[in-house]
Amino acid sequence: MKKTILIFAAFAGFLTSNVDAQDVYFTKNAKVNFDASPATPIEVIDAINNEGTSFLNITKGEIVFAVLIKGFRFERALMEEHFNENYMESTKFPKGDFKGKIDNLSDVNFAKDGAYKVKVTGNLTLHGITKPTIADGTITVRDGKISATSNFTVKLADYKIERPAVVANKINETAKISVVANYELKK
Amino acid sequence: MKHSLVALLFIPFAHFSSIAQTDDLSKMMEEEMGSSNEPDFATATFKTTRLVNGHTNEQDGPGVLDFRIGHRFGAFNTGAYNFFGLDQATMRMALEYGINDWLMVGAGRSTYQKTYDGFIKAKIFRQQKGKRNFPLSVNYLGAMAIRTLKFSNPENTNFYSSNFFFTHQLIIARKFSDSFSFQVLPTLVHRNLVEKITDDHDIFAIGVGGRMKLSKRTSVNVEYFYQVNKPRDVVNSLAIAFDIETGGHVFQLAFTNAAAMIEHAFITQTVGRWEKGDIIGGFNLSRVFTIKDPRKKGTKNEEAPKK
Repeated sequence: MKKTILIFAAFAGFLTSNVDAQDVYFTKNAKVNFDASPATPIEVIDAINNEGTSFLNITKGEIVFAVLIKGFRFERALMEEHFNENYMESTKFPKGDFKGKIDNLSDVNFAKDGAYKVKVTGNLTLHGITKPTIADGTITVRDGKISATSNFTVKLADYKIERPAVVANKINETAKISVVANYELKK
Repeated sequence: MKHSLVALLFIPFAHFSSIAQTDDLSKMMEEEMGSSNEPDFATATFKTTRLVNGHTNEQDGPGVLDFRIGHRFGAFNTGAYNFFGLDQATMRMALEYGINDWLMVGAGRSTYQKTYDGFIKAKIFRQQKGKRNFPLSVNYLGAMAIRTLKFSNPENTNFYSSNFFFTHQLIIARKFSDSFSFQVLPTLVHRNLVEKITDDHDIFAIGVGGRMKLSKRTSVNVEYFYQVNKPRDVVNSLAIAFDIETGGHVFQLAFTNAAAMIEHAFITQTVGRWEKGDIIGGFNLSRVFTIKDPRKKGTKNEEAPKK
C-alpha cells in the first residue's frame, strides 16, 4: 500500500519535474511591516513580523508568501493582543498569505545585477478572505543574490476587518504593507 | 489502495503548469510552515490581570506599566439616605509592572483599613499547542499586605507584625474557546493576628471564576471564593463584573459583596450578604503605558533599495 503510493509519488514527481530545484528560491525570515496609523496619528499603529516565509520560482515567475498573524510585534502589548483578538482573529485565521505571478517576468534578468521593477498579480488571503491583488515591487539581483521588496495598501473593509465606531479615528481605513525578502537557493 | 487510485487520477493534471499555478510552491510553503518550531500559546485568556477582585492568569507584558484604580461604593441596601451606596467609597490605587515574559510585580494602597499591598505573579506553565501540548496555564501569586490602621487598644503591647497578611495562590486557567475561559484558584491566606484565640491563622480557600464574552470587546465575569475553614461571621465572596475594553484601557463594572480588593481581605473578611442586598457596585480602571518597547532596535524594515 505504502509502496504503491511511493511509486506514484515518484512518478508524479517525475512528471512535474519541470520544477527544477535550481529555479526555486526561498526565505524564512522575510520582513513584513504594516502601518494602519491614521493621517494624524493619536497612537502609531505599526507592527513588524520578521518571520515571513516566501518561495520564488524564477523560471515561472511564481511567488508565494505567508506570515503567521501572531508573529506581528507591536510596541504596545495591549495593541498586539487587540490586533490578534479583535481585528485579525488569529486563532481562527492564523495565517495571511499571498500567491501570485510576476506579470513582466521577461523584464527581469536573474543572471545580471540590477534592480528590476515588477508587477505581481495574485490572491491575497487575510482574515479568511481571499481577494485578487496587484502589487508593484522591485526585484534586486546583486552578486547572484535575489531579494524582493514591495509596498502596497490593503483596505481593511475588503477583508472584513471591522473598525468599530469608537476607534474609527484611531485606525486608518487602509493599512500600508511593506515586504522585504532576501532569498536563498532552495536545496 | 483507494487513495492511490485517487492519486492516479490527479497525476495527468499535475504537469499542466497553467492549472497547477503556484501549487508546487504552495506545497513547499505548507511543508515549511508546518515544520515551524514555534509553540502556539493561548493568549488573552482573560481581558486583564483581574477577573473582578481576584487575579487572572494574565500578566502585564514586559516593559508594560499598568496604573489601576479600583473603586467600590457602599452597599445598595444602605438605602436612599446614602443614595443606595453611592455616598460611600473605598478605593485601591496601584502601579503594576511586567518585568519580563513570566514575572510581574505590583504595589498598591487601599483605603480599606489603610492597607499597603505588594505582590509578585509568575507564570509556571502556559497553555499551548503545536510543538508541545499543554492544556492549562498555571501562575503563582504571592501577596503581602500591611494594615496601617491604628491599633484599637493602644495601651496593649502591640507588635507591628500583627498587621501583616500573606497570600499564596495558584491560578490554574484554561481558555476553552475564544469566548469562554475558566479558572480555579487554590489559595492560602495567613493572618499574623486573629481576633480570637480559637480563630485559625491560616485560611484555605478555593476560588473559581469564568468569563464569557458578550461581544469582541465586552464580557461578563463571575468569581466565587469558597473558604474551607471559614471563620465565623464572615461569608464567601461572590462577584460579577462586565469588562468593557476601549483601546488602551479596560473598564470593569463590578458588583460584589466584598468591600476590599486585596486577596486576604476580600477572601477572608467579607461580611456582606448578597441575599440581604449588601451589594456593592464599583469599577476597576486600568490604563497601560509602554515603558520599554519590546521590539529590539533595527528590526524595522529597511527602505526598499533605490534604483
